Amino acid sequence: MTMVQHISPAQLAKPTNPPRAGLPASLYGRLFIALTAVLLVAPLALYPMFLMTLLCFALFACAFNLLLGYGGLLSFGHAVYFGMAAYVTGHAAKVWGLGPELSVLLGALTGAGLGLAFGALAIRRQGIYFSMITLALAQMAFFFCLQATFTHGEDGIQAIPRGHLFGLIDLSDDRVLYYVVLAVFLAGLLGIFRIIHSPFGQVLKAIRENEPRAISLGYNAQRYKLAVFVLSSTIAGVAGGMKALVFQLATLTDVHWTMSGEVVLMTLVGGMGTVFGPIVGAAVIVTMQNYLAHLGAWVTVVQGAIFVACVLLFREGIVGVIARHLRWRL
Amino acid sequence: MIPFLDIPMQALFGQLLLGLINGSFYALLSLGLAVIFGLLNIINFTHGAQYMLGAFVAWMLLNYLGIGYWWALLLAPLIVGASGVVIERLLISRLYKLDHIYGLLLTFGIALIMQGLLRNQYGASGMPYAIPPELAGGQRLSFMFLPNYRAWVIVASVIVCLGTWLLIERTRLGAYLRAATENPGLTQAFGINVPLLVTLTYGFGVGLAALAGVLAAPIYSVNPNMGADIIIVVFAVVVIGGMGSILGAIASGFALGLVEGLTKVFYPEASTTVIFVIMAIVLLVKPAGLFGRTA
Repeated sequence: MTMVQHISPAQLAKPTNPPRAGLPASLYGRLFIALTAVLLVAPLALYPMFLMTLLCFALFACAFNLLLGYGGLLSFGHAVYFGMAAYVTGHAAKVWGLGPELSVLLGALTGAGLGLAFGALAIRRQGIYFSMITLALAQMAFFFCLQATFTHGEDGIQAIPRGHLFGLIDLSDDRVLYYVVLAVFLAGLLGIFRIIHSPFGQVLKAIRENEPRAISLGYNAQRYKLAVFVLSSTIAGVAGGMKALVFQLATLTDVHWTMSGEVVLMTLVGGMGTVFGPIVGAAVIVTMQNYLAHLGAWVTVVQGAIFVACVLLFREGIVGVIARHLRWRL
Repeated sequence: MIPFLDIPMQALFGQLLLGLINGSFYALLSLGLAVIFGLLNIINFTHGAQYMLGAFVAWMLLNYLGIGYWWALLLAPLIVGASGVVIERLLISRLYKLDHIYGLLLTFGIALIMQGLLRNQYGASGMPYAIPPELAGGQRLSFMFLPNYRAWVIVASVIVCLGTWLLIERTRLGAYLRAATENPGLTQAFGINVPLLVTLTYGFGVGLAALAGVLAAPIYSVNPNMGADIIIVVFAVVVIGGMGSILGAIASGFALGLVEGLTKVFYPEASTTVIFVIMAIVLLVKPAGLFGRTA
């Protein structure tokens, strides 16, 4: 095998001029508050349904970015944790009659369990093989969903009841559900932020930058990789569960490889390895799909073109470019 | 007819034949992937789309220009291979210094574009491509009916696979290729035009995919989605076989096709997933793949 210089995505996205030292430590906090404020009043201007779609996919993309941007692991099968969680949440809410909080919790556990099983297999190989393994395992899960009875094949699970949160708050109103989704999204984002900036996150970055060196320092790289894989798939599961409640629908689309491709695209467009990038990317892609929906298969072509353009010209993503110009770490 | 575990021999051999056909395509595709990966260090996600493109070019040659199967077998790989050369020069060559994942993402994007464009033009239902008259009909063997065309597909792909192996292992050009795979810098220093070699290798690998597409056209309908599903299976085949060895890629392609065929007989529900399950087991037992080198 040839020696190839290994450059991690974040290294490429790294600004040529390093962030100014000591500049706003509270910057994240301010941005977070600004984002929260915008999202709190957003239903005044935009449809709650559209916003909820956006938030679900943004959380999904943030979970994916945790793995790719900070763990340096490109999973090409992340739709499975999202889609299977949607199925389980839907089944729990509709057939078992559980409340929305328990249903989503079960969805998250599904994501965690699958992430543990698939992640343990995938981390046995590195680089490009890792991506192919995650894709192949995801395809296996897709065929399982195609044949299993509880997923109802091509029909999917339809008319999933949203139920009452903690048995009290009726979620059938879109505006009410929106604030629940928003709360879950913000909690997820804060969680990811904490993970990235914890000692665990620092070790993760060390492994991403130079795995042999991290191992020689005594870190069990495999265990860290598996941990971040499970964290990522769990949060993807939360996003999938929320999505099932929002759309009241869980279908094969959610577990298909095209969905895995979409979440990669969102992260790439927004800027991998940035905290806010995946949110921006999800907003761009969801908006695009919303407006181009009538174009049918052209959406696939446009998505492919964005992939090509991003990889060739725009590897830092939207937030990455902004961060470089402002010399901030976003 | 001798029943074997309650399975009629006819069905068993029928499925084994089908498995061998699928295995032919797995072998041709994983061979191309392995050759490209060896030299370019990218996983060519466009491979499935290029297989599909091969079938489409054959269909277009027949329906727009009246050029039949045998010429298509030669022309389609050349045309698709040439398009691959253009893609490599214009797009992929810009990524060699970057992380492997960008090659994967780029070729994934190209695959989406190809697939979307053809789906717009021809729909997703698929179009028939007739078996060439020379290969119509079949042989009635004592244990099964063997359609001539299917026998031809197996023979043709075995010949192409072995030819490729001979080309890489036994010719001067192949020696250059192996040298460049091992150490591109040093090979270039010896006066071999490595960038040209890289471009030609990509074109060749893509041409193999297109050839598989032409061979597949009369068996499966010509369909914009035909490449997307097979490429994921081929990825699993490549993980199982390991990409370090040409013969390994060929052997695991045929073997896994057969296993898939056998599963269709004994436990049909698992036939779509069996290769992925085998991949999981191989990863547990021998993470580098059956013929792989640890890298």
